[in-house]
Amino acid sequence: MKLMNRFRTFMLGAATAALTAASATTASAVEIEYWQYFFEARVTAMDKLIENFQTANPDITVKMTHFPYDAYRTKVAAAIPAGQGPDVVQLFYGWLNDYVEAKLIQPLPADAFPPEKIEAEFFPMVKAMRMGDNYWALPTAVRSLALFYNQRMFEDAGIENPPANLDELVEMAKKLTQKDGAGNLTAVGLTTGMTAQDHHWIREVLVRQYGGEPYLNDYKTVNYNNEAGLKAFNFYNDLQAKHGVTKAAFMDEPQAAFKAGRAGMHIDGSFRIGALESVRGLKWGVAELPAGPDGTRSNYASYWVNAITSKAEGEKRDAAVKFMQYLTSDEAMQIWLETVGELPAKPSAAMTDKNVNDPVYGPFIKGLEYAKTTVFADESAQRQVMVDMMQRVELQGQSMEDSVSEAAAAEQKILDEYYNK
Amino acid sequence: MRFYQNLTISQKQIAWAWAFLALPVLFYVVIRFYPTANAFVLSFQEWNLLGARSFTGFDNYVRLYNDPVFWKVFRNTFMYLILGTPVSLVLSFVIAYHLDKVRFMHGTIRALYFIPFMTSAVAMAWVWRWFYQPVPIGVFNNFLATLGFGQIPFLSSTTNALPSVLAPAIWAGLGFQVIIFMAGLRAIPQSYYEAARIDGVSSWTVLWEITIPLLKPTVVFLVVFSSIGFLRIFDQVYNMTTNNPGGPLNSTKPLVLLIYDTAFNGFNMGYAAAQTVVLFTILLIVSLIQLRILRDR
Repeated sequence: MKLMNRFRTFMLGAATAALTAASATTASAVEIEYWQYFFEARVTAMDKLIENFQTANPDITVKMTHFPYDAYRTKVAAAIPAGQGPDVVQLFYGWLNDYVEAKLIQPLPADAFPPEKIEAEFFPMVKAMRMGDNYWALPTAVRSLALFYNQRMFEDAGIENPPANLDELVEMAKKLTQKDGAGNLTAVGLTTGMTAQDHHWIREVLVRQYGGEPYLNDYKTVNYNNEAGLKAFNFYNDLQAKHGVTKAAFMDEPQAAFKAGRAGMHIDGSFRIGALESVRGLKWGVAELPAGPDGTRSNYASYWVNAITSKAEGEKRDAAVKFMQYLTSDEAMQIWLETVGELPAKPSAAMTDKNVNDPVYGPFIKGLEYAKTTVFADESAQRQVMVDMMQRVELQGQSMEDSVSEAAAAEQKILDEYYNK
Repeated sequence: MRFYQNLTISQKQIAWAWAFLALPVLFYVVIRFYPTANAFVLSFQEWNLLGARSFTGFDNYVRLYNDPVFWKVFRNTFMYLILGTPVSLVLSFVIAYHLDKVRFMHGTIRALYFIPFMTSAVAMAWVWRWFYQPVPIGVFNNFLATLGFGQIPFLSSTTNALPSVLAPAIWAGLGFQVIIFMAGLRAIPQSYYEAARIDGVSSWTVLWEITIPLLKPTVVFLVVFSSIGFLRIFDQVYNMTTNNPGGPLNSTKPLVLLIYDTAFNGFNMGYAAAQTVVLFTILLIVSLIQLRILRDR
């Protein structure tokens, strides 16, 4: 086994091989493995974090392995029960239940990660990572939504500031929309597309802004099949059906339309910043999501977390705990923000003057204060429910009321199947 | 050694044959038969890729039977087959029949038909996807708008989407079918045609009485081959509808995409295996029926 490990280490390349050699010389050295899926900025950021961590803890070496996203879950599932693989692993927050049930991860020790301290220090949405008396995983960074707007189109339409509330959103979208002689849309005021981030916007933002609460009972009961839900869905549907300021999947994908300068406004996550920065000739700004009719603000945040696997025992576990403590430190979060563009998971790291006043990161970070995190049983299936709900209205002429109740039933079925198995 | 020397020559030949076959047989057992058997077992289990597999009897099949999406997908799969196979066969035969008579730039024209077959299905699906977009980026709709017609919602309509997805799939397979048909046409002895010409038979009769009957083995091959292809359609659909796979409202979703979705988005491996067993059964039945109907008398 040891031989296999050595061999694999060797295959990983000169840098890691050198580290292994160095660790072999110190008698008390511990090597722990860290796994994440491959995304270049994340790997670069993690390399930096590991380097800093190893400088501070010379007796611990961290070996990072990454896989393509598609193969990630399978590999983790196969490796840990076999006593192989990572000591610290990265997973999507929505997978926590599955990982706990499959006994792939262990709870974070309460002495190193006291729950009260976590709840005092982290943004409230991280609470989803608590099961019983323990936290099982913690994020380094989180992502939230904001409104991107095209400054050039705003200038041409004579609009000075981005919309503060939903009424302004509609009014400005009308001014920004452009049509050709035959009435075909050539530029939309606001992009829409349930398949992108809009289903989050509707669920956690619009439904709440119209006075509802999208789910009850820890996200186990669907609660948008009511007046507030209907108002929210109708507002969204009216953007296209009544105001004509948008078209679902205009230019194939909402972000494509915004990139091409054919969309005045676009709601998207902080992970889009990097892609937009590289677009030449596009002048864009970021604003907080518009407030609701009564001034309610809300946002949706998601995140990837790190956890200690059930395989880590003894000194490896101790080393893993230390590494986790570093990954959740303010320093690590700032490095992550600057390298990946994802936002710090703690107000102490996020709400610094520099970050809050940053014209790009600022609106996202402000959104974190009131952001909610949907606990999904099966994100893609639950998204599909929303997509189908809107399309039944748009393509088949179903009434919004019927469509919403059909969707609520379908989503409830997904939740019931997941929680009652 | 002693044992080997006592064998007869034919026994030795058999021993050697098996020695050489051992590798491919082993390969097939490990790569094909074992996973297939495993999938059958898995279809009676529940498994989320993590954790243990537990037996659930026929639950997965019962759930499949009661799932309206499955039946929708089932119909779609057969729509791909029923539309795709005849249309592609007729088109490729017509092209092959006429191309066979063309001498001018014959090689170039044949190559033009064959190029789509060599192109990556993914790249092609994306190009067609953009062709189909509404104004201002879709080439078809831009053309219609320039002429003053209304736009056609190719991919964003529950009725147009399936034929729209199918069209590039047919187009891509055309080159291959044309080549096979042309080989079949060339294999028909010229003497039959000469005899027909001497008898003064019309070219229509020649086509129906000589060419098509003698092409039967070619047709059998192509029908079976393209049917299996259309029943397994995935690349085109997935890439043309990635944001809403198989949409809108499941109107383009084929069985393979449903399996992929169940397995790798829902992590419901047992249910996906049950769907796979159904697909396997359909492919088996369709192939057997076609071979029987089209078999040489």
